[in-house]
Amino acid sequence: MTSALFYDRLQFAFTATFHYLFPQLTMGLAALLLYLKSRAYWSRDTHYDEAAHFWTKIFALSFAFGVVTGIPLEFQFGMNWARFSTFAGGVIGQTLAMEGVFAFFLESTFLGVLLFGKKTFGPFVQWMTTLMLFFGSWLSGLFILATNAWMQHPVAYAADEAGAVHVTSLWGLLTNPWLVWQFAHTMTAAVVTGSFVMAAVGAYYLLSGIHIDQAKTFLRTGVVAAALASCLMLFPTGHHAALQVFEHQPIKGAAFEGHFHTESGADLVLLGQPNMDTLKIDNPLVAPKMLSFIIHKHFGAEIKGLTDFPREDWPDTMPLLYYTYHIMVGLGSLFIPLMLTAVVLLWRGHLFQARWMLWTIMLMAPFPYIATTAGWMTAELGRQPWLVYGLFRTTDGNSPLVGSGNVLFTLLGFLGLYLLLGLLFLFVLFRTVARGPAVPVGLSANGKGAL
Amino acid sequence: MLSNELLWFAIVAAVFAVYAVLDGFVFGAGILYLFVARTDAERQLVLKAIGPVWKGNEVWLVAGGGLLFLAFPKAFAAGFSGFYLALNLVLWCVILRGVSIAVRSHLDNPLWRTFWDAIFAWSSLLLALIFGVALGNLIRGVPLAADGQFFAALWTTFTPGPTPGILDWFTVLVGALSVTILAVHGAHYLIIKMESAVHDRARRIAHTGVWTVMLLTMVAIPLAPSVQPTLWYRYDAHPVGFVLPLIAVVAGGTTLACRRHGWDGVVFLSWSLFILGLFGSAAWGLFPNLLMATGNPAYSLTIHNSAASPDGLQLGLVWFPIGISLVMTYTLWVYLSFRGKAEHFSSEDSYE
Repeated sequence: MTSALFYDRLQFAFTATFHYLFPQLTMGLAALLLYLKSRAYWSRDTHYDEAAHFWTKIFALSFAFGVVTGIPLEFQFGMNWARFSTFAGGVIGQTLAMEGVFAFFLESTFLGVLLFGKKTFGPFVQWMTTLMLFFGSWLSGLFILATNAWMQHPVAYAADEAGAVHVTSLWGLLTNPWLVWQFAHTMTAAVVTGSFVMAAVGAYYLLSGIHIDQAKTFLRTGVVAAALASCLMLFPTGHHAALQVFEHQPIKGAAFEGHFHTESGADLVLLGQPNMDTLKIDNPLVAPKMLSFIIHKHFGAEIKGLTDFPREDWPDTMPLLYYTYHIMVGLGSLFIPLMLTAVVLLWRGHLFQARWMLWTIMLMAPFPYIATTAGWMTAELGRQPWLVYGLFRTTDGNSPLVGSGNVLFTLLGFLGLYLLLGLLFLFVLFRTVARGPAVPVGLSANGKGAL
Repeated sequence: MLSNELLWFAIVAAVFAVYAVLDGFVFGAGILYLFVARTDAERQLVLKAIGPVWKGNEVWLVAGGGLLFLAFPKAFAAGFSGFYLALNLVLWCVILRGVSIAVRSHLDNPLWRTFWDAIFAWSSLLLALIFGVALGNLIRGVPLAADGQFFAALWTTFTPGPTPGILDWFTVLVGALSVTILAVHGAHYLIIKMESAVHDRARRIAHTGVWTVMLLTMVAIPLAPSVQPTLWYRYDAHPVGFVLPLIAVVAGGTTLACRRHGWDGVVFLSWSLFILGLFGSAAWGLFPNLLMATGNPAYSLTIHNSAASPDGLQLGLVWFPIGISLVMTYTLWVYLSFRGKAEHFSSEDSYE
């Protein structure tokens, strides 16, 4: 457990997990910001401008932290995973470069315009800027996910004489069937995070009795978006993401469901602990035959168990994978009734007085982050022991000459730095929220006040 | 004959060169930050001057890395793993710089602001230094083994040789050159964007800085062929390449001449061209190598032995021109929109 490979994996897992705390908020907020800005632009209502202005601050903060923690990921492909990069650069180099050129430039440039252009540009350009920001951040997600989708389900490639692979069709790479559901699922998850955070801030203001007007807008927008997105998370996006796992990565599917032995009419494990010695679930709580039904729409269908596959092809952290999957699904299933109840309360006109619900919404804000992180851990731990599924093993991928001492050195550096970054982000975020959405006089976003 | 490999070498080199020019003036502004801007109001104004553009500028680094990965995966893998320690320093400095700009003005507390001001200045200085040192390493060569991999220690004997470290007297000299060139570059930008005291201080710094650059260049350039003789062969074989150093010389001269007339815009542009000329000269000397071996020249990674497959290079050429044209169009639009003194931009303060 002290090999360079172990630290390489830990460093990428840690830096990627920490990084993704930020883009999931910015991508989700980008969609909500576009909604607020559009309302403001077409209704000429300064109320929505104020709301957009406030969330732009949060967006910009999260974006800044997302950018600086994202650059290390691209660099680490070469730094820590040289043999993998040599092998796969001919494919994933394309999508990563396209992310830079088509998406990252767009979002970075237009964020600068949005933040500093209030005096320079009129309302239309500011609205366009928000649209570009939305395109940029979602395109960025698309290209990064295309990279990951190829590692999950390699398509549109051919091998060179030297054993490396190269892309044969960009269109094939970007229309990878895996990517369709992965993109839908991931982006919906980002909207869940963004809308939960927006609703939570609204709930906090209402419970505190401050910024009441804005609080109601945040709650309305957040709750409706969260209810919609939470439902879409489960069906169709989550359901189909799981189906394609069982179709193309049956070992991963069996591992995250905790399904050890091939059975007809397989039970769906709801709770329990995988026992790696007896290859059973301890203290199981199951839904009888439901796994067969969900995957094959037939209660008697056969589902292959882990023991049908060679052990060296099992994900090497099977129990952790099992837990992250169940955390993701468990939380996701909790979000739906919660937000549907909130929507009903909103529709009946009771939400703003229902303090128990406001308390719940406020305290739920961290949970989409946990669900999303658990979801990514499911996808990535489940991809093991492969870097490129079925094609290239993780043990063959790291840099041959970067020793364990050097990787541990940088891993510790990242741990320390990111701990500070995390604290700093929360500190500045809470201050921004505490200060509230009031706009300084003369800076209303329609640009007239300033001049 | 124009092969795709050659074209991609030119593209990757050009993207990194543009990065040097664009993020270069942000580094420069950072290096000078504590000297040219003394009061909090002045510092906010400097941050406002770089504010609308610096995020986009930084992306050229990411794009350059991605394009290198696309076109020359072997060189990307060998170079990034070989410079492992130096690149981690780069990453940490990039993180600190980005965060310092992002959070600095969030609190109206002098200690908070002083702290992040110092972080901004020091991370900018270190980045300019490390990128210069990295260029020095590319010129000098790295200890590539037969398998096309290497791992460079941070330092060994501080002299170029068969197993040099990342830091030796030559690479540090290039690093110092990079710091001074970019400091002057930043000063030229601030001269355009600032008024009154900051403007005057930037002008004074640019004035003495240019001569320091000239001096260091005079020292470094004659020494380069002694560190890496092959650099010279390329010019010997294809004298047309002399046009690149010539551009640098003319651009440097133009900077000096226009400065007297106070044509600040031309000064900034000609100094940018000076940077591009120097960068291009180095690239011409390196070509067709991406990473030169200090030992057996056969171990060098060239555009031929480290290129991606021809199909990949061809596919990349389909989308890259479209993408980069779009980028250049809106980047130019942003620079033109935010021309003039920084005081006239609305400030990020409203986003505190």
